[in-house]
Amino acid sequence: MSSAVRTQPPSAGATTVLSALLEARTGQQLAANRTWRLEAALGPLLAELALPHADALVARLLDGQDHRIGDRIVDVLLNHETSFFRDAGVIESAVEAVRAAVPLGTRPRIWCAACATGQEPLSLAMLFAEDGGTAPDILATDVSASAIARARSGSYSQFEIQRGLPIRRMMRWFESDGGDWIANKALLSAVSYRRHNLATDPVPGRYDLILCRNVLFYLTPVVRQIVLERLAQALKPGALLLLGAGETVIGQSELLRPSTAHRGFYERVATGAAGL
Amino acid sequence: MKTCLIVDDSKVIRKVARHILETLDFAVVEAADGREALGQCHAHQPDVVLLDWNMPVMSGMEFLRALGDETLAKRPKVVFCTTENGMAHIRAAIEAGADEYVMKPFDRETLESKLQIVGVA
Repeated sequence: MSSAVRTQPPSAGATTVLSALLEARTGQQLAANRTWRLEAALGPLLAELALPHADALVARLLDGQDHRIGDRIVDVLLNHETSFFRDAGVIESAVEAVRAAVPLGTRPRIWCAACATGQEPLSLAMLFAEDGGTAPDILATDVSASAIARARSGSYSQFEIQRGLPIRRMMRWFESDGGDWIANKALLSAVSYRRHNLATDPVPGRYDLILCRNVLFYLTPVVRQIVLERLAQALKPGALLLLGAGETVIGQSELLRPSTAHRGFYERVATGAAGL
Repeated sequence: MKTCLIVDDSKVIRKVARHILETLDFAVVEAADGREALGQCHAHQPDVVLLDWNMPVMSGMEFLRALGDETLAKRPKVVFCTTENGMAHIRAAIEAGADEYVMKPFDRETLESKLQIVGVA
C-alpha cells in the first residue's frame, strides 16, 4: 500500500498546461472531474525532483532544458490500473472465440493495446497455454515507456500478483523473487512488448483478436474516432475487438459493429458497407 | 448474506479483516485458533474460512486436516491468510486442501479478489 504524497494543488494555469501535454502526447483528456488526480499523481515525481509544487514542474517543462520531463509527466498522469483476469469471464470468452475462428494449426494473432503493466496479455497467455492449442502470437503495447518496461520485466508486487490471479496459476506460472513474483520464462516468452501510441502510430499488423479495454473513454471524441478507425483496419476479416465494459463503438464509428456471433465483442463492418 | 469465519490469533488482524468483509456484505464470525474455529464451523456453517497459519492450540494446517473429518452440512471454502509467503508453504497448503491463499499484508482489493476466485463474493 503506497502512502499518498501531499503537495500543493496545481494552479489553473498549470492544470491547463498539464492537460494540454497529456492530450498532445496521448490523445487523452484530463476531464474536469479528474483534475483531482493531478495532485496525488504528481506527488512522487515532485518529491523525486525536489520541486515544491506542480507549478514549478510546469516551469521546468516549459524552460525546455530537461528533454525527458514531458515523458515522465505523461507517465504519471496515465492511469495504469489493471489486474490479472480482469472480467475473467470475458477473457475466457475471447480465448474460446479465437479458438473457434482460427483454423487448427494456425497461430492466432492477438494484440493487447494499452496493456499497462502487462497483466492482461499474461492472463491471455496462460489461458491459451492451458487449453493446449496452438500457441498464439501475442503483442502487448502501451503508450507509456515505463509501463511497457514493467510489463516486459514480468515482475509484480505481492499486492499486484494477488489481484485476480488464482493461487494455482501463480504456482504454475510465477517464481518468487524476494517480495516480488516474476513470470517464468515459458509465460513471459509467450508475449512480445512494444511501445505504441494508439493516437499517432500506425497499427502494428492485422489480428484475430484485439483487446483495447478501458482506454477509449479517456480519449477526446476526435482521437477516439481515429483510434477506432485504426483498430478496424487492424482486424482481420472475421476478427473480434474487445473494449472495456463501459465502452462501445455504437455512435462512434461506422467501421465497427457489435458482433452477431459473440456477445460483447465488436467486428469490422464488411468492406463494401463502410468503404474500408 | 454469506458468512465468513476469520481465524487468527491476532485481534488486530481480525478487526481489519472484519471491517473489510463487512464492507463486502459478509456476516462475520471469529475464532482465535483452530480448535475454536471447528466449533464455529458447527455453530455458524460459514461459506468461507479465512485462516491464519501459526496459531496457539491448533494451527491453520491442523484445522484444515481436522475439518476434513468433521461432519458438516457443507464444507466451507478455505482461504489461507498468512505471513508464510514462500512457495513451499503455499504448495503445502494447497496440497492439504486449501482453496486459495492470501499473503499478508493484504488490502481490500486482494481479499475481494480472492473471495471472488473461490466463488463466495
